[in-house]
Amino acid sequence: MALLDMKDVRGGYGDADILQGVSITVAEKEIVVIVGPNGAGKSTAMKAVFGLLNVRGGQIVFDGDDITHWAPNRIVQRGICYVPQVDNVFREMTVHENLEMGGFLRSGDLSAAYDRIYGLFPDLKAKRRNLAGDLSGGQRQMVAMGRALMLEPKLLLLDEPTAGLSPKYMEQIFQITRDVRDHGVSILLVEQHAKQALAFCDRGYVLATGANRHEGTGQALLADREVAEMFLGG
Amino acid sequence: MTLLDFLNFYLVPGIVLGAIYAVGAIGITLVFGILRFAHFAHGDMTTLGAFVALALVGTGMNPWAALPLAMIITAAIAIGVDRTFYDYLAKRPKIVTVMASLGVALMLRSVVQVVWGVDPTTYASGIVRPNDYFGILLRPRELYTLGAVALIVVGLELFLRRSKWGKAMRAMSDNPDLARLSGVDNRKVTMLTWAIVGALCAAAGFMLGINTEVHSMMGWHLLLPMFAAAILGGVGRVQGAVLGGLVVGVAEELSVFILPAQYKAATAFALLLLILLVRPRGLLNGKVL
Repeated sequence: MALLDMKDVRGGYGDADILQGVSITVAEKEIVVIVGPNGAGKSTAMKAVFGLLNVRGGQIVFDGDDITHWAPNRIVQRGICYVPQVDNVFREMTVHENLEMGGFLRSGDLSAAYDRIYGLFPDLKAKRRNLAGDLSGGQRQMVAMGRALMLEPKLLLLDEPTAGLSPKYMEQIFQITRDVRDHGVSILLVEQHAKQALAFCDRGYVLATGANRHEGTGQALLADREVAEMFLGG
Repeated sequence: MTLLDFLNFYLVPGIVLGAIYAVGAIGITLVFGILRFAHFAHGDMTTLGAFVALALVGTGMNPWAALPLAMIITAAIAIGVDRTFYDYLAKRPKIVTVMASLGVALMLRSVVQVVWGVDPTTYASGIVRPNDYFGILLRPRELYTLGAVALIVVGLELFLRRSKWGKAMRAMSDNPDLARLSGVDNRKVTMLTWAIVGALCAAAGFMLGINTEVHSMMGWHLLLPMFAAAILGGVGRVQGAVLGGLVVGVAEELSVFILPAQYKAATAFALLLLILLVRPRGLLNGKVL
């Protein structure tokens, strides 16, 4: 059974439906990417999972629980963490304090959790006392992911983690995403860089105008002529 | 005028007044930074705190012993005001809450006037002679005021920097959406903020009352210098509010060199206009709201 099963979800932020029926599944330890043209509803679909949307149809099941109408803080405690695309760190707090906020809901000794994050992101260890707002874009993305991983989620949602990053950092973020998966976390991410993302993911979904258009393994989607012409610029 | 005269008649009173403004301005900056609105009832909440302390003193307590108790009671009142009024407006545009706080200001003042009347009074009567510290004249109450303000500021800073809930308050001020995503309970932070703001109001009101007099308009007159101090220091910055408070307090006392004494209160307004023109984010780079 899939860890996340989103079936024919419809809904939007206000009264208008942005999602016209989106179905996505994510299995344990799988990296799934959502691509598509601007306005396809990629980020919106991800926000629906995290309870940030008025869902008016369909169902979202996570790990056996129907979470369709749960509030975000309840979803967090159930094991899904979300990294927004922008404003995803506490700029005026140190790197370490950002991680502490990530572990806000946990009690007891968190030193093992910190060690794990600093092991995944060695760059951050040296900068632990710096303000997150003073870091480079790539490092900030690491702080954002590190903060989300402090709760040891089963599923991590990443909204365009490579937006605005140089190719070098993009590759690094993808590598870290794989490392996180290897720690047993499933990942659902939205990507603007469709080619690179499809090449690195396990499976992908192509959305258009708020609905599923194509789905398959990353390699299969890359090889699909229609996908290539419509969304990947040939 | 000698240097000592300058210190004793202008600088020291300015610092004492500024320290009181600072305590009030910290509350304003916390509400601004975390709850994101300008709290116009802050002055009258200060008045209420001063009168709560007066009621305790009336039972025979020493004024300075009554202060911590007055802070706790006013903290509870502040939480009650939030639950009764502001909480219902949380989902509306912030300007609605700002205007509601003006209404709350009038209500709080009316309660004070109904219960305690409109005549000025004091915590302790009689003339206190200042002590001489190497030429600098300080009354015990002024010394205690400076000590209490230092204790409050250091304690609050430690709380915000070191404790789990202090960090949650900073996180809520820094990035509210992300704080919620991290599982920080908005309602608890709001309640904690009001508890601290209420306690600070009582402290500011009490200290102004013990250094001058206690009357029902005292807090309303504090509103402008407190807002000027908070904005001068940078909205959302505790250290900025302290710095801003001291600058406004000293500037008001020094203004008598160039302006007639009755224009003292206008100094805060002039400073507010100046900082908004020259450095709108304040001395310590506060938030833009």
